[in-house]
Amino acid sequence: MKARKSIYFTLTFLLLVFTMLLSISAGAVKIPLQEILNIFLGSGSEINRKIVLSLRLPRVIESAFVGMGLSVVGAFFQGLLRNPMADPYVLGISSGAAFGATIAIILGLGIFGLSFMAFITSLITVFFVYTISKSGIRVSMTTMLLAGIAISAFMSAIISLLMILNHDQFSRIVFWTMGGFGLVSWNQVIYSVPVILIGSFVMYVFSRDVNAILTGEEVAEHLGVNTELVKKIILIIGSLVTATAVSVGGIIGFVGLIVPHISRLIVGPDNRVLVPFSAIAGATFLTFADLLARIILKPMEIPIGIITATFGGPFFLYLLIRSKQKSEGM
Amino acid sequence: MSILKVDNLYFSYGEKEVLKGISFSVDKSIMLGIIGANGSGKTTLLKNISGYLKPKRGDVAILEKNVKDFTIKEKARYIGYVPQDMVYDFEFTCYDIVMMGRIPYLKRFQSERKEDKDIVREVMEITNTWQFRDKNIKELSGGERQRVYIARALAQKPKILLMDEPVSHLDIKYQIEILSLVKNLTLKGILVISVLHDINLASQFCDEIFIMKDGKIMVSGNPKKVLTFENIKLAFSIEVEIFENPFTRTPYIFPSLNGKEKLKVV
Repeated sequence: MKARKSIYFTLTFLLLVFTMLLSISAGAVKIPLQEILNIFLGSGSEINRKIVLSLRLPRVIESAFVGMGLSVVGAFFQGLLRNPMADPYVLGISSGAAFGATIAIILGLGIFGLSFMAFITSLITVFFVYTISKSGIRVSMTTMLLAGIAISAFMSAIISLLMILNHDQFSRIVFWTMGGFGLVSWNQVIYSVPVILIGSFVMYVFSRDVNAILTGEEVAEHLGVNTELVKKIILIIGSLVTATAVSVGGIIGFVGLIVPHISRLIVGPDNRVLVPFSAIAGATFLTFADLLARIILKPMEIPIGIITATFGGPFFLYLLIRSKQKSEGM
Repeated sequence: MSILKVDNLYFSYGEKEVLKGISFSVDKSIMLGIIGANGSGKTTLLKNISGYLKPKRGDVAILEKNVKDFTIKEKARYIGYVPQDMVYDFEFTCYDIVMMGRIPYLKRFQSERKEDKDIVREVMEITNTWQFRDKNIKELSGGERQRVYIARALAQKPKILLMDEPVSHLDIKYQIEILSLVKNLTLKGILVISVLHDINLASQFCDEIFIMKDGKIMVSGNPKKVLTFENIKLAFSIEVEIFENPFTRTPYIFPSLNGKEKLKVV
């Protein structure tokens, strides 16, 4: 069993490396693998060098890390909220970010202003949801879920209103909310990758505790797990990671929902294995989705959220049906 | 030395006072049953002993050490808890679940040692669940699941096992099986404290019984002393006929209506 899991890890990791190379290679200008290697080693033609190092590489790295971050947060939120429908956006982060982004776009702020606004408003939203759900020292997960849904609905209404009032910016706002890495440069990679990487690691430290919480909060506490502390840390760090991911890539749906599920079907429910596997799988999935977003309707780029949903949805359904058949066969 | 000492314990949910000055001490590993009407504070008492709820006033001491001085992890090495409502919606195998009972002994990144694996195997054999080790808990029946959760609590190597209505939703075969199992644990030096709804089962299995009423221990002692017509009328507002269980020589109770009901003998 352990040997089989290491094979899954190795294969998925190789797939990630392959996808990243493929994504660097493909596009308006095709750059062969040999040339990519040359560029990494310091040679290669000037123009290809520029394309790879300042355009494609940051983009590929960003999409991989955003995919990783969203998947890790998704896995933890599903465990913490004990709800298979949970994803990184369930606490209202996405609608908060969309609200901030909408304002930034209407005010005509640049890419940095937009990222910053999205980041700040998403954190404010989560903080609000968290405060509502707190009674005494305990935080009710059910209340959090419901408050998140209510806030999301409210924010979406405001965003729609703002879009109608600012019709000229309509398509930019819609485009942003469906996600994409078209504007990514090293400037975003530099701050977002460390946040996602460190945040994911901090959450990973608590994976055994989240295993216990999955079997019931009260039971977990009696097993010696400080559930309130673990919940707070995961919620805060998870929100930070998600807000960071959203601020650079927009609201990319489905990744944080299905990657943890698919990973669970492959490596089982133990978060100590599930989380690192989700991280690699999520990075692979989003890098591949970004590649498709760039090349499917070349030279036009389509929002990555469309790709993640059209490919992720049916694949997830297939896995659900397969696992259903498997359990019926027993 | 007392295994468990509770001293003048008060607890409220908001304005509502649920425990009003509970004091008792147990110094032997016995089976202690807590009975009482709904809302009399049985579960709240268990959760205050386990430290899940923080008492408003008063102290709980395990092996003469105040539980306030324990960390959550240390406490879990002394108290195992089998709650009333359990969640089953996950994919862990029974082995994984029982292994979680070793969390109090493992550091954050430490993987399970041979010692932990041996203990898990031992407690799964005691509870007759070793054959389910690779099964998903969802595939088991109610009584089997309950045994897995008892195994997990035992993997904590506790001094005290707290159980909240462990048999209420089980059929008679499993009820007897589970209670015999935990009764045997007292021989291994574990103090078992269980909330029970069935007075006759409590009478049959418990060495001592507390009857709770309005947040206080109304009366305590062995089943024969505690289960009297007056006590039960006071605690449950019902009149009963009391017989003797011919096997255990403990009281056996039939409810009657206003004391006038003719018992229908078949």
